[in-house]
Amino acid sequence: MLYVLAGTLEQGLLFALMVLGVYLTFRVLDYADLTVDGSFTMGGAIAAVIIFSGGNPWLATLAAICGGLLAGTITGLLHTVFKITPLLSGILTMTGLYSVNLRILGRANVPLLRADTVITRFNSWLPTDSIYGASLLGLIIVVLAVVALYLFLKTEVGLVLQATGDNEQMIRAQGVNTNHMKLLGLALSNGMVACSGALVAQNQQFADAGMGIGMIVAGLASVIIGEAIFGKRTLLQHIIAVVCGSVVYRAVLALVLRLGLAPTDFKLLTALIVVVALASPQVKGWLGKGKNNRKGETLDA
Amino acid sequence: MLELTDICKAFEKNTVNEKVALDQVSLSLNSGEFVTLVGSNGAGKSTLLNAIAGVYLPDCGRIMLDGREITHLSEHQRATWIGRVFQNPLTGTAPQMTVEENLVMAWKRGQRRRLRKAIRSQERSFFSEQLATLGLGLEDRLTTKVGLLSGGQRQALTLLMATLRKPQLLLLDEHIASLDPRTADIVMDLTCRIVNEQQLTAIMVTHNLEQALDAGTRTVMMHEGRIVLDIQGPERKRMNVMDLMNLFEKNSGANLNSDRVLLAARA
Ligand SMILES: Nc1ncnc2c1ncn2[C@@H]1O[C@H](COP(=O)(O)OP(=O)(O)OP(=O)(O)O)[C@@H](O)[C@H]1O
Ligand SMILES: [Mg+2]
Repeated sequence: MLYVLAGTLEQGLLFALMVLGVYLTFRVLDYADLTVDGSFTMGGAIAAVIIFSGGNPWLATLAAICGGLLAGTITGLLHTVFKITPLLSGILTMTGLYSVNLRILGRANVPLLRADTVITRFNSWLPTDSIYGASLLGLIIVVLAVVALYLFLKTEVGLVLQATGDNEQMIRAQGVNTNHMKLLGLALSNGMVACSGALVAQNQQFADAGMGIGMIVAGLASVIIGEAIFGKRTLLQHIIAVVCGSVVYRAVLALVLRLGLAPTDFKLLTALIVVVALASPQVKGWLGKGKNNRKGETLDA
Repeated sequence: MLELTDICKAFEKNTVNEKVALDQVSLSLNSGEFVTLVGSNGAGKSTLLNAIAGVYLPDCGRIMLDGREITHLSEHQRATWIGRVFQNPLTGTAPQMTVEENLVMAWKRGQRRRLRKAIRSQERSFFSEQLATLGLGLEDRLTTKVGLLSGGQRQALTLLMATLRKPQLLLLDEHIASLDPRTADIVMDLTCRIVNEQQLTAIMVTHNLEQALDAGTRTVMMHEGRIVLDIQGPERKRMNVMDLMNLFEKNSGANLNSDRVLLAARA
């Protein structure tokens, strides 16, 4: 049981950076960015290949982040320069990245068994061996990310990034090039996603081309669960809520696994969670219960 | 100050629906002039303001602002010098963000935006001072999300945001048209006060002919993409709404076919 708890916490925290990335595009920037599946795998692939060939795991993780920044920038350029819709721009990058990731990996699967990863390094600094090593490292990174993201969103640049998602017309009238803001937001988001991919690959001790499939929906499910349970009244509360949502989401998966659901059914379950969350305002409306029911609330509401 | 030369703008060009919204419009504003712009529905008033603000580029013509050519600059570049208030009170503010956050973004218009904490105590006290001048009690609601304010409050806030850092040109597109009469009066008074105090150069679109003659220093009338009337000084002072309508009919050969104008004239 303890192992299940440790495993859940570990998963939740290592995936939390990916969830923060999804939060940044879907919620703050109001941009339905589907690059995530590709940039997550890309982060894992870059880190795994560097570590596999004996590179420094910290630098490998940094390189993964750079890859994510680049992936987000490409999606942003497709949208801002060529006026491709947000949805399609992300899908195009994601699709292209699948081939790129296979090239980076050079094979279907790069194993990292007994490799020198950030997790083994971190564990070696701890006084005793602990099953919570990866969780602790994840926690430290997530706390740093939450603080950095919060402080950033409260800077002069961060505020106009928020406004770009909130009311684009208004912030353009205040002299802001909203294209730059979208590029910045997409790059940062996918940088975080790729970092998460790098950490997950090192923790599971392999990277393969399929590790990012369905990531965007898992990220959304975490965001929605976090918002529903922990609230989103203030910015800080909202950010912390989605991180907690990531942990709760992994706990739900662990629970249904214990109840006998096959791991291959996870994606269906995740999709159902998102559908239920998005459909509930409508259903409430049909039942005539929702007094101040906001009709037609969707992902970008 | 503002110099428009032969501005043209057509929508859906080269289709059966082609619509010429601006037909070689030329207009020159001196510094400190406050123009009220009137005209029938679809006359091209909003299109003119949008062309000046850079929402779309004109098909031909030239726009100079304070000696600078801005014809080809984008909307956000022109925002450095141009403040705007829109007809829809929801357009000018970010609803999920607080009053002070909206203000600080406007305060930085045309300035370099840095990676430093946006709101510190000195900004806060400056903003509450400025909000107090509106007389709407907003100075106590700095950290309220703007989406919770009323339409009138939001429009007053937008006006303050447009003028917080003095713009070289203020563009108001029927900015009180969607407010209830009492709130509209308050926001209109505020507008006149701010324009006078800061000696702003401004263009205000309105459908209320009485207001068009009362406020400002000059009245321009448009019809079918052209300027058909431009009056100022003593000539304008002597005029009443009936004179204005007659003159419009004479110059344009059409009735001022706007329900809203007639209503306003009767009221
Ligand atoms: N984005 C657009 N696409 C196509 N046609 C447009 C567009 N914007 C305006 N028009 C057309 O251009 C003409 C001028 O419109 P404009 O909005 O400038 O009029 P207006 O004088 O502001 O009228 P109103 O008093 O109704 O606000 C109208 O015939 C309108 O249908
Ligand atoms: Mg108009």
